[in-house]
Amino acid sequence: MTDVAVIGFAQSPCVRRSDSTTSGVEMLVPIFQHVLASTGLAKEDIGFWCSGSSDYLAGRAFSFVQAVDAIGAFPPVMESHVEMDGAWALYEAWLKVLTGEAQIALAYGFGKSSAGDLRRVLALQLDPYLHAPLWPDSVSIAALQARLGIEAGIWSEKEMAEVAARSRAAALTNPQAQVSGAVTVADLLTAPYVAEPLRAHDCAPVGDGAAVAILAAGDLARELCPRPAWITGFEHRIDSASLGARDLATAPSATAAGRAAGAAGVEVAELHAPFTHQEILLRDALGLEESVRLNPSGGALCGNPMFAAGLARIGMAAGEIISGRASRVLGHATSGPALQQNLICVMEARP
Amino acid sequence: MNQPLRAPLEIGFDYTRSLGPTLGQFMTALAGRRVLGSRGADGRVHAPPFEYDPLTSAPPAELVQVGPAGTVTTWSWVARPLAGQPLAHPFAWALIRLDGADTAMLHAVDAGSAAAMRTGMRVRVRWAEHTVGHIRDIACFEPGDAPPGAAGGPTAAAEPVTMITTPVRLAYEHTASPAETTYLHGLANGRLLGQRCLVCRKVYLPPRGACPTCGVPTTEEVALPGTGIVTTFCVVNVPFTGQQVPTPYVAAAVLIDGADIPFQHLILGCEPGEVRMGMRVTAVWRPPEQWGTTSENISHFRPTGEPDAPYERYAHHL
Repeated sequence: MTDVAVIGFAQSPCVRRSDSTTSGVEMLVPIFQHVLASTGLAKEDIGFWCSGSSDYLAGRAFSFVQAVDAIGAFPPVMESHVEMDGAWALYEAWLKVLTGEAQIALAYGFGKSSAGDLRRVLALQLDPYLHAPLWPDSVSIAALQARLGIEAGIWSEKEMAEVAARSRAAALTNPQAQVSGAVTVADLLTAPYVAEPLRAHDCAPVGDGAAVAILAAGDLARELCPRPAWITGFEHRIDSASLGARDLATAPSATAAGRAAGAAGVEVAELHAPFTHQEILLRDALGLEESVRLNPSGGALCGNPMFAAGLARIGMAAGEIISGRASRVLGHATSGPALQQNLICVMEARP
Repeated sequence: MNQPLRAPLEIGFDYTRSLGPTLGQFMTALAGRRVLGSRGADGRVHAPPFEYDPLTSAPPAELVQVGPAGTVTTWSWVARPLAGQPLAHPFAWALIRLDGADTAMLHAVDAGSAAAMRTGMRVRVRWAEHTVGHIRDIACFEPGDAPPGAAGGPTAAAEPVTMITTPVRLAYEHTASPAETTYLHGLANGRLLGQRCLVCRKVYLPPRGACPTCGVPTTEEVALPGTGIVTTFCVVNVPFTGQQVPTPYVAAAVLIDGADIPFQHLILGCEPGEVRMGMRVTAVWRPPEQWGTTSENISHFRPTGEPDAPYERYAHHL
């Protein structure tokens, strides 16, 4: 089977409100230029392009088509799109390289959450018969999950605040982060609830951004990157869309994806946990040991551009290998309410 | 650089969805003020019902009545309700395991205050004034047990419900790109401003910010005249909602002199049958006092009467 590696990654700054259009072109052009320059590639070298974005987020139909302007897609390019986080676009790109249809593929994700009311927009990803007509907002649904875990003794508000404090401290060294800083758990716990039992620090900030990653096959990856992040497992699984029919304090789909992808033994995990309790839930679901470095970027709690933040987790994890800081890492992405869908990409360095 | 122009954008659509056999029965029962669940292969009752058994993938063998009271399994508090939610005053979202069911239903609880909420509390359905066969026939839940004899609502054979309609209304702030903003400010001053790609030298009108051929920012501003060529066109004979011009009329791709990409506009001031590929046209501006940051400043294009451009002049721009 073809060996495929992540050889490059770039991310726009995560900001509360970008001047970009909802087609993302203004956020994408600089990071395309950056990632191509960092790998020594030209756009003509890319054999397959795949994007992840959402029309509901943009408030317009086929919004991803305009984003193709950022590519410079003439003469025509081989291109595809998923109405999902860019991590799933990376999965499609990985398949293209695996099957030999492309030697080099580029996946990108972008989202301008600030254009609309994100908590309402996300109601439209829910079951359209029983859930969406009630307009349950994303923060409230996460709060239902958080309370289940608190009352079952799986996590506590203090442990959730510890996740927030550690993430913000880690983000101090991430120039693209939207939120960072030195905070104490005691201070965080004095804040009011935004959706009891969630406080503001428990929720990822709403913001705009984009991310891009490049994959290459075999010898080409070795030529283009001194230390490629070789993909050894790439899996995604899904749980029921019915919020009341599954145990929200667990994520069987994350466990299944992690097992299939070979998550055991990683040194670093970048987890796409938009809420503090979800990091704890995922750590348990994936069986990550205490020694695993979690979210050295600060994670989604410090910058969660919709449809880009999952891809950014994989890119950040790959960066740990490319930079030589780790030898085996995991990037995770989620989609849907309360960790309904989970994707795991395990990468390693090779001599 | 100018701040990007912004404007409110509100979109709305009434989604109609067919229900299928299981949810059809569920919604029909709601119209009759009863809640149904489905019994799975393992004997567990799912409420709301599943359409396909999570274990066997078979459709439910039977639907059973559950509720109308139940137990809260988890909850969160909404201090400031959002548009469209079941209650306009502070309320709780909860997962509620209805009596007789093994799974829980998501809905709102009208509890008055967060202090009145706790996991394990008993709640009962509050029906909407008018039930039509929709999840919102349940207005919300309220604290309390089922009143005696409340298990069965009116069982009069209601007309089967086969469709639901869910209105969706979303509000956005639309942002014009920096290039579009410059273009629109230009129009407000009676000018047509394009941008040139510094790599391929093509001039885009309206400017797009990035060259779709080269993928680089288009930074050189180019002022263009109001004259151009009809590259291709169609005669509109079909009336539609919001139509501004009486049919028949001509919608054409107009290649402005000096631009490389045509844009679409109206050709008026001659019979539709006289419009030709290659016809020379000029912009007809509205009176300056009506100008704003909008494409509508140019009312339409009209023929100049000059000789037609040869095909070779615009063949690359079709």
